[in-house]
Amino acid sequence: MRRAITERIIETCIRLSGLVVILFVVLVFLFLLKDAVLLFGHYPLGQFLLGTKWLPISEPPSFGIIPLLIGSLYVTAGAIVLCVPVGVISAMFIAEVAPGPLKGILKSLVEILASIPSVVLGFIGLVWLGPFLKDLLGLRTGQCGLTGSLLLAFMALPTIISISEDALASVPKAFKEAAYGLGATRWQTLWRICLPAASSGIIAAVMLGIGRVIGETMVVMMVTGNSPVIPRSITQALRTLTATIASEMGEAVSGSEHYYALFAVGLVLFISTFLINLVADAFLRRARQ
Amino acid sequence: MIAPWQEGCDPLELPTEMGGRVCSVGLILLAALLGGCGQVVDPNEPSGFIQIKGSDTMVNAVQKISEEFMKDYPYVFVAVTGGGSGVGIASLINRSCEVAAASREMSPKEIELARKRGVEPVEHLVAFDGVAVIVNKANPVDRLTIRQLHDIFTGKVSNWGDLGGKDLPIVTLSREVSSGTHMYFKERVIHLSAKDSTEEFSSSTLMLSSSQGIVEEVAGNEAAIGYLGMGYTSDRTKSVWVADEDQYFPPTAEYVMSKKYPLARGLYFYTNGQPQGVGRLLLDFTLSPKGQRQFIETGFVPVGVTIAQGDN
Repeated sequence: MRRAITERIIETCIRLSGLVVILFVVLVFLFLLKDAVLLFGHYPLGQFLLGTKWLPISEPPSFGIIPLLIGSLYVTAGAIVLCVPVGVISAMFIAEVAPGPLKGILKSLVEILASIPSVVLGFIGLVWLGPFLKDLLGLRTGQCGLTGSLLLAFMALPTIISISEDALASVPKAFKEAAYGLGATRWQTLWRICLPAASSGIIAAVMLGIGRVIGETMVVMMVTGNSPVIPRSITQALRTLTATIASEMGEAVSGSEHYYALFAVGLVLFISTFLINLVADAFLRRARQ
Repeated sequence: MIAPWQEGCDPLELPTEMGGRVCSVGLILLAALLGGCGQVVDPNEPSGFIQIKGSDTMVNAVQKISEEFMKDYPYVFVAVTGGGSGVGIASLINRSCEVAAASREMSPKEIELARKRGVEPVEHLVAFDGVAVIVNKANPVDRLTIRQLHDIFTGKVSNWGDLGGKDLPIVTLSREVSSGTHMYFKERVIHLSAKDSTEEFSSSTLMLSSSQGIVEEVAGNEAAIGYLGMGYTSDRTKSVWVADEDQYFPPTAEYVMSKKYPLARGLYFYTNGQPQGVGRLLLDFTLSPKGQRQFIETGFVPVGVTIAQGDN
């Protein structure tokens, strides 16, 4: 009897915390929506979503989100292209190839990497990486999307490495033994057995890494130049959704059109991360089946 | 537990050991908390808290003024934050600061918004500033007209070669839209002071979040050109001489004061209504010779010419 009650209480608690999380997501969404919707009383939705100019303080202002959206897209895509292969391969090395002591050292180094504050990375980007890339590639300026992508890739690496490594390490030993037994080489085993077996975990790792990249603000604000232009290449200065909110929120008087426009930008950011997660979830499910 | 007085001891003596310890710990905590709140205030001295927010151009000067002010009035605490003139003005309207420092005048729209919130902004001119246009030291161009600046920053001229420099594409740098210097430059150079102009900074202009960021980029990029408050110029970059028509002047206090340098503007404090109490003291201090000297030391131009001559 008493046991049943305890069970009941624990069950309710777990259910409640689950519901609270859902409630928070819904509340955040409603909060953003409440203020974002007010923009569209003054400013047409079509011009917001399809406008190609972000000029918040001009007369009349234009709040076209396309340059910001494409800016975010460029930086995020650049970071993913850089960090996913490197991250997964490092995880493979740490999980399967590295000898015992090296493995321990590498794992703790990756953890230290995760603890570097983003503003420090931004500073390094501003004074060192930007000028370095400018000279190396002959760019117009080092404050561009590429600098941001590189630093963001660096920030997402620890997440991708640790989670992928966990996924690889939890592949049942029997799989590998069977592969070796059939005469597969170490590489064949790693590439054809371990990687597919751990794929759902690795995809989850990549998605979490993307989540970190798309929401990052400080680094991109410091190093990407913040020009509200539709970038034609990643080596141009660009402006992301997050940097726009961060750098303009301070001066937007609450209740002004600009203020609501920033909430609308926040809403777009929220919806896009939500969609990414949804797609990731679908992929994960397919991988499991 | 039996109360001590029931046993016939002096009630003023500490009760049980336990109670005494709790009590003294409490006292220490209380003392620490009170200590954190500030020293004992002399009732004859003015005391209070002032939050100044706003212009990044002015933040160093205002910080120095507040430090000097706090030396004279030790029971008044002044906190200074930057962020940009727009940030200061927004805070004044949202009532989250007492004084907004601004390197531009409030726009009619902002004044209207403030009044709607029951805030009556009052403007106080505290100093003058020249907006310096800086380029890399290796850049041979050292004289530009307002018209040329206009063409550069709107993207009509995009190569230094067209201006007598090297064959390099120009990289234009601007402050963020929250900056008063941005607003001033936009009005004076991008719009050429025409009220109905709708011209914009060329969209490839880099928007940097600080004046220091502009100095860094100009110092490291031969093709860059940027603008900032005179107080931020350093020997790592070169300030160009600017002409309205045909006479070029460097951004120095002398030419800003004589109004010959064409990119000059006022620096302001805004308060909600006429300042009272400690706010009044701060404003009076800022306009006093001692306060104005802080502006001179940080590279600005004081409002009273006589003071400047006396101290230079």
